[in-house]
Amino acid sequence: MKRASSLAFGLACLASAVHAQDTESKLVINDDIDITTVAEAPAHAENLSEIYSGWAFRSPETMALQMDDFDNPGMIFVDQALDAYNTVEGSAGKSCQSCHGDDAEGLVGARAVYPKWNANAGEVWTMEMAINGCRTERMGAEPWGYTSGNMVNMTALISSVSRGMPVNVSFEGPEHDTWLQGKELYYTRTGQLELSCANCHEDNYDMMIRADHLSQGQINGFPTYRLKNAKLNAVHSRFKGCIRDTRAETYSPGSPEFVALELYVASRGNGLSVEGPSVRN
Amino acid sequence: MASGVKPRVKVPKSASAGDVITIKTLISHKMESGQRKDDDGNVIPRSIINRFTVDFNGQNVIDVTLEPAISTNPYFEFDSQVPEAGEFTFTWYDDDGDVYTETKAIAIG
Repeated sequence: MKRASSLAFGLACLASAVHAQDTESKLVINDDIDITTVAEAPAHAENLSEIYSGWAFRSPETMALQMDDFDNPGMIFVDQALDAYNTVEGSAGKSCQSCHGDDAEGLVGARAVYPKWNANAGEVWTMEMAINGCRTERMGAEPWGYTSGNMVNMTALISSVSRGMPVNVSFEGPEHDTWLQGKELYYTRTGQLELSCANCHEDNYDMMIRADHLSQGQINGFPTYRLKNAKLNAVHSRFKGCIRDTRAETYSPGSPEFVALELYVASRGNGLSVEGPSVRN
Repeated sequence: MASGVKPRVKVPKSASAGDVITIKTLISHKMESGQRKDDDGNVIPRSIINRFTVDFNGQNVIDVTLEPAISTNPYFEFDSQVPEAGEFTFTWYDDDGDVYTETKAIAIG
């Protein structure tokens, strides 16, 4: 008995010792852009009291990489996207710059409200769908693959010009059905391990899952530069990775299921700042 | 010229005479080692930045030999004393003979 109780005590210590999320540090990018990394949870995230950017769960070294654009390796890809942004492509003889202005100034604020209802298409559009919409409809160019290098770089550029602005995704208008579908997916257990998103990111965030420090799974920092693969990662790639880790067959990036899930997860981060391209491990 | 090469440098705009300043440099480059093979089993030829130098008003600050094991997008951070106002010249030498240069002026005050 004595042994059992000391074991229980040991486990309790272990559990509290991993409460290491950093709520003291402030994220200021380039000594200029204030980023909100902790906020009161929005009313529709009914099982959370506070919401945290994934930045707060990382090590001090990784956190520091995001404080200066020179140190943030994700910004290399933003530069590459800027070259693509200024390149004329397609039958209409236009580049992104032709409509949206220099340095994506016409796209400031866009990241904060996507995914968003598109009235013409009658469906919710993610940033990737909007980019391909522009490419095929306005430029007469070939669409990019949903998680291709060009695409994720361009989403990083569009995100970078909105950094510091609060995420404010709407979900109570015509997009409400899609949002409800996303919510259902969020709470649906999948795979041999029978895990839903909520099991890790709502019930057990700030705990360790083997060597990983679980975040709330907020997507305000996407696309993220991951140190493990040295490139930018799109949010649907992350969803796919998570569902694969439950040992399930996953949905495809760009599928209606992932679009719905992105809308729901993005809405749970309403109040945090747009942060992408962020740096994560 | 290898594709996607873009040098970038961060130097403070001004310093006091005699100050030691921190300089950060990064060049986007694929740094192909010459050890890898493509899908057909052919060796992908080596293509790296093999030398990096920094001069201040004509005087050498650092001179680095880069080897194939250095990973993509090589980053250097180092300190330099600034005795007077002047200009830093950064030079990267590519295996294919290209030379990429970047200059940054620094004021005293």
